[in-house]
Amino acid sequence: MTALLEVRNVTKAFGGVIANHDISLEVPKGKIIGLIGPNGSGKTTLFNSIVGYHPIDAGSIRFKSREISQMQVPDIARLGLLRTFQQTRIYGKMTCVQNMLISVSERNSSFVSLFTSQTGKGTKRADELLEFVGLYEKRHLPAGTLSFGQQKLLEFAMALMNDPEMLMLDEPTAGINPTLINGLIDRLKRANADFGITLFVIEHNMRVIMNLAEHIYCLAHGELLAEGEPDEIQNDQRVIDAYLGAH
Amino acid sequence: MSDKTANFVIFSALVALGLVAPFLFPAYMAQMTELWLFIVLALTWDLLGGKMGYNSFGNVVFLGIGVYATAVIQVALLYDVGAYNAARGGGTEFVFSAGDYLRGLALGLSASAILAALAAIVIGIFVLGMRGQYFAICTLGLGIAAGEIAGGWDWIGAGSGMTVPQPPADFPSGRLFYYLSLALAVITFVALTWVMSTRFGLAINAIRDDEDKAEAMGHYTTRIKVTAWAISALFLGMAGGIYGNLKRFIDPVDVAFAAPTIGVWMVLMAILGGKGTIIGPIVGAIIFQFTKEFFWTYLLGWQRVALGVLIVVIVVFFPQGIVGYIRDRRAARLIREKRA
Repeated sequence: MTALLEVRNVTKAFGGVIANHDISLEVPKGKIIGLIGPNGSGKTTLFNSIVGYHPIDAGSIRFKSREISQMQVPDIARLGLLRTFQQTRIYGKMTCVQNMLISVSERNSSFVSLFTSQTGKGTKRADELLEFVGLYEKRHLPAGTLSFGQQKLLEFAMALMNDPEMLMLDEPTAGINPTLINGLIDRLKRANADFGITLFVIEHNMRVIMNLAEHIYCLAHGELLAEGEPDEIQNDQRVIDAYLGAH
Repeated sequence: MSDKTANFVIFSALVALGLVAPFLFPAYMAQMTELWLFIVLALTWDLLGGKMGYNSFGNVVFLGIGVYATAVIQVALLYDVGAYNAARGGGTEFVFSAGDYLRGLALGLSASAILAALAAIVIGIFVLGMRGQYFAICTLGLGIAAGEIAGGWDWIGAGSGMTVPQPPADFPSGRLFYYLSLALAVITFVALTWVMSTRFGLAINAIRDDEDKAEAMGHYTTRIKVTAWAISALFLGMAGGIYGNLKRFIDPVDVAFAAPTIGVWMVLMAILGGKGTIIGPIVGAIIFQFTKEFFWTYLLGWQRVALGVLIVVIVVFFPQGIVGYIRDRRAARLIREKRA
């Protein structure tokens, strides 16, 4: 089976700082893949490169066997490759339901179809997904009044509303109340199993990522340090050193 | 009663009052005509400034394009525009019959709408890539540049301006422009209410709240922004056509591209009433026009000072505008009730 996302020898530098150096990894369809690494190791830069926030200096990024490294952000999103942000991004002054409704995929619709009724497309789905993340009761509140954790859940629900093939999550559990984390892990797994969404997850919480991912890549100083099953990664001396600062 | 129904009820009452107003207060016809046009200006400004979060000081450009385009077409149907302006529109040889006058006006207003919208698309493609204060400053330059260009163009009268074709004697032009303005305000209100009820409305709200997010979710934000500006310009162009005829004389800097007065007033009206709402800009325009006329009549000499003080008071005490203030209080109460 070919990989859904294929990153080959990607290099990205900001001035003299090499944020990503010669990174290659792949995310097979239907899996949950993890990406870990100490702060500043280049995880978010790699995410930004993949979704087209900035051009890469060298290498290739292929999604569904299609080169996407030259494409614009909205075009990549329309292919079905979506990301969430480390600093949650939702539409603060709009209600949760409105946030959901405007997240419906634009993949197969023309520009003119924006001039159709708001409620026609997916109100029921919006309610279902808000229920799924536990925000149904708050659906008519402005999203900006939700707590940080709830905003993260809303952002996750908005991503699901878009019906992506692959979802890249940047630290989904950061800032979430520890008691809610188990519920979130469960929802991520269900998004993967029930909705068939391939997940690529940056995570600092080792318990979460070891529990969630089937395969983990570890970055350090902008380079790929190690990869493997959660057990292998957990016991890899290089990874332990990187996290404890032996480098 | 939902907000939408409330808006329609309020606006319908206003229009009903507007229909009979010329008979009730015939002396204030010119001010009331201007008021309906101001409502159009405030509503269209708010589509970008309030609902999309793009503060434009350049909307006056589309108004000015309408002012000139309508006047030029009114003349061009019968006479050579260059010769007309060289003669300062005076002279007995430039006469317009009632039929010619109406035909010129209808054609002029339609062309103004199209020209202004096209201008918004062309300018928007270049300018709407900028965000926040960069966009605001750039549009400030646009209004000034347009005035300078018009002031240097001999064909349209250059710095000495252009006289609008005079209606035939005993033609009820005052009443005509009043009802034209009223009709334009109604059309603008209905059209923008409809636009905001579509997914496009959600999309421009989304751009206001987080443009990067909207892009990351697959929206072609530049295309959306340019379309929104073109919609604004469509109505502004027509408003300009009427405005120019109302003023009878077009000065490039004081009437057509009056960035420091009308260009700022339209921003002010929207902020005064409440940015981002439908009814807010209308309330703002009404309050603004009343206070402006009041100050200009009773505080002559100090009218601009009084207007300035009013702005300061509004911004300090009602930063969300009048309708925004009411809405925020209601929203806060709703949240409290939900939490309780």
